[in-house]
Amino acid sequence: MAKEQTELLEDEPQNLNWTRKHLLDIDSFTVAEYDLVLKTASAMKEILSRPIKKVPALRGKTIATLFYEPSTRTRGSFELAAKNLSADVINLASASSSIVKGESLIDTLHTLQAMGVNGIVIRHSMAGAPYLAAKHAQASIINAGDGWHAHPTQALLDMYTVFEQKKHLKDLKVVILGDSRHSRVARSNIWGFSGVGAKVTLCAPLTLLPPGMNYRYHPYQGVEIETDIQKALEGADVVMVLRLQKERQNAGLMPDVREYIRYYQLNRQRFALAKPDAMLMHPGPVNENIEIEPELIRCPASVIDQQVTNGIAVRMALLYLVIGGKKDEI
Amino acid sequence: MTNKTVLTAEDIRRTLGRMAHEIIEHNRDLSNIVMVGMRTRGVPIAHRLAENIKKYEGTTIPVGVLDFSLYRDDLAHRNLQPVVESTSIPVSIDEKIVILVDDVLYTGRSARAAMDALIDMGRPSSIKLAVMIDRGHRELPIRADYVGKNIPSSRNEDVRVKLSETDDTDEVSIFNLGETQEE
Amino acid sequence: MKSRLIIKDGLIIDPARSLEVKGDLVVEDGKIIQSGPGAASSFNQNAEVIEAKGMIIAPGFIDFHCHLREPGFEDKETIKTGSLAAAAGGFTTICCMPNTQPSADSTSTLSYIRETAARDSRVRVLPIACVTVDRAGKTLAPMIELAEAGAVGFSDDGSPIADSWIMLRALEYSKPLGLPIINHCEDPALVANGQMNEGKISTLLGIPSSPAISEEVMIARDVRLAEYTGAWVHIAHISTAGGVEIVREAKRRGVRVTAEATPHHLSLTEEAVMNYDTNARVNPPLRTQEDIEALIEGLKDSTIDIIATDHAPHTSSDKNQEFSLAPAGISGFETALGVVMKLVHDGRLTMAEVVSKMTIAPAAILVGAGLKLGSLDNGSIADITIIDPGQRWVVDSNAFLSKGKNTPYNRMELKGKVAFTIVSGQIIFNGTKNSQTL
Repeated sequence: MAKEQTELLEDEPQNLNWTRKHLLDIDSFTVAEYDLVLKTASAMKEILSRPIKKVPALRGKTIATLFYEPSTRTRGSFELAAKNLSADVINLASASSSIVKGESLIDTLHTLQAMGVNGIVIRHSMAGAPYLAAKHAQASIINAGDGWHAHPTQALLDMYTVFEQKKHLKDLKVVILGDSRHSRVARSNIWGFSGVGAKVTLCAPLTLLPPGMNYRYHPYQGVEIETDIQKALEGADVVMVLRLQKERQNAGLMPDVREYIRYYQLNRQRFALAKPDAMLMHPGPVNENIEIEPELIRCPASVIDQQVTNGIAVRMALLYLVIGGKKDEI
Repeated sequence: MTNKTVLTAEDIRRTLGRMAHEIIEHNRDLSNIVMVGMRTRGVPIAHRLAENIKKYEGTTIPVGVLDFSLYRDDLAHRNLQPVVESTSIPVSIDEKIVILVDDVLYTGRSARAAMDALIDMGRPSSIKLAVMIDRGHRELPIRADYVGKNIPSSRNEDVRVKLSETDDTDEVSIFNLGETQEE
Repeated sequence: MKSRLIIKDGLIIDPARSLEVKGDLVVEDGKIIQSGPGAASSFNQNAEVIEAKGMIIAPGFIDFHCHLREPGFEDKETIKTGSLAAAAGGFTTICCMPNTQPSADSTSTLSYIRETAARDSRVRVLPIACVTVDRAGKTLAPMIELAEAGAVGFSDDGSPIADSWIMLRALEYSKPLGLPIINHCEDPALVANGQMNEGKISTLLGIPSSPAISEEVMIARDVRLAEYTGAWVHIAHISTAGGVEIVREAKRRGVRVTAEATPHHLSLTEEAVMNYDTNARVNPPLRTQEDIEALIEGLKDSTIDIIATDHAPHTSSDKNQEFSLAPAGISGFETALGVVMKLVHDGRLTMAEVVSKMTIAPAAILVGAGLKLGSLDNGSIADITIIDPGQRWVVDSNAFLSKGKNTPYNRMELKGKVAFTIVSGQIIFNGTKNSQTL
């Protein structure tokens, strides 16, 4: 009964090699998977340039956003991405739902399941929550950030932004400047960029690096540590600045903001040490005058705004890959 | 599986030449035309038609590429989803005559998806369909405006188009798949 | 019920007499009256007989550290269910920690525990009382009165005694009683919000973590305070290589310090937490292979005196939560022997060493029990555990007698199981049948 298909049948497109039911992290992404995401994101970005930014790819599917931590930009980005694919969206934000009443994550998932959602985008303050969700939901789970652990869609959009401009990622020098200890954005970017052969350097005081990395063990292969900002920025192709959260300032991890600014703020002189065509990135929201000088925020090298636009394209790509099509139960 | 060549490279060349002349004859104002090749094999055919028109009339017609996978009507029913390639049309399609170009017209569903994509991208003054092969068995009320060759076929046959831009040669052949194909 | 019990043809391991010999054991009226090769031959009439061929006859296991949750947390465990689980694990005597509700910081709570145990438990239950009132770390509990009411030691476990001044006073005050202050050594300031061992895995998982030094620092403090006062400190669930070194050195100097290690710290590393498995969340956390090696060495040279389970049952809904919200603890009675025996099968420890660390060694620490336990000598109380060392079995938490199904060993195959548990000559657990406790 089997037909031999050595060539593509007429009307038959090339099929995707995507097997992930969930997007929980990018730790195990292969180069082929990164390539596929970047390619699909390109196609989606073109759609965003059209007058009608909508395609019917996810028509009839429902996506819920379940955000236990407040967020305007990420949630809005996912919502737009889903709507551009013609999916229906419901938003559950912690301040306004039974989450505050004490309903457990698992109960909330069962409720959403009973409502028939196909995909759940979840952001949670505790590492591992999306994995718990994936164990208990039949819908596809997309991690929009869990505690300090991972923020896979941010890393993918950052990688796409660099790829769009540089046309390749291998061997680029990527410097992540700032508090990576508490940053899921940093951790996912470390995985992502090193996974495709870029060279990642972390620059921050030792107290703001992931614990133990500086002296005892190295969970990330090939990642460099450099506490001197001048040395770190030399020859950088990409400088990614992380936000310094107010809470860190009072938690005994560093003396005070003044000292941080003096030795770790990205200003024009320091940025000039990077390559002339270096890209400046920031996951947002930006603390002007703290981790970055305001003049740099909109300088020609800055792609902070493109990151936001690309965020929608990359999330459209991921929603299409993870939730699109007829997904049989695994 | 048996196969039979129905168009040789020379046949293809002549057919595309004739189609180009037909397009020129039916469109007084060539300057208003945009050719859009439907991925995958519609693309080289669109380019060849545009080259022919340039050769015969001297007019350069812009050629675009359309990936209509996201508009397919079978997305929710397939086990595997299609890879989405890029779409790129170099000019605005508003008020233009868009000629969609594909290699084979069969059920008509691809043309329907491609039209939906075009209409979301702008408002052409008209859309025409040019296909190198029409093999019949329409499932939707779609017809081609310019046809290279009519090749009646049965459902357990497969019409295979090879073009040197994407394959190793120019050739159209019919494969007999050996059993009745139920849709 | 026959008053005579004969156990035939087993391998008798009695570390109290450094004895390891094939033979029989004869029990009458709750006491051991004869043991050794052919001991049964003169006692054949009117006796209940256990055929122990291929099995090991050991003194009943003693667990110096467990949580029975009653009063106050009966949904997690009761003295009744905990004792059934203990019996299934081969334990004939268990010492329960005072982090109940109300905490065991008064004679009334202690009496409640003892009376409930007398009624509901066929295993001996000896209570450990609080060091400070309500384990709050501020005011000393009435230790003299509590000792008189039956406490065998003092601890604020769950929590460390963080305030050094209070620890010093507690050691001083307890010294005349000759009972240990048992400390859960984790410096809370260094632990901060830590939920697992600080290391590669915690960084990869993004889980707040506590470094090994948070334990080492407090052990170092406690041995100095014990040295200064001449009092006795017992280090609960030691988990770090550094900690073992500190205890070893302190013992060399003559400090009165004893220490215990749990089966899970002797067998699992922080890798058990991958995939955010809450069943592997425990305090102190699971650490590294280097730490395991140091703990095994510590057992061998008796730096670590005993094996204790730290049996800590929780409800399924407690553990079925986000990792950061799930309480720490492993339900350990029923897997203790099987897990520890892996070290025997791997040639790291001998059976005699294991039996010693679970019987005579804890008995030596239980000076407050008022009973001579942990020995199979003639005249000893007939608390006996019979082990089938070769029996393979697969851990099934659903089949646990404990209410706590929280184990990281679920579905693992272990080799070595309790066949019979006997208290005062009565069989209280028969693992060879399908339905177990009698």
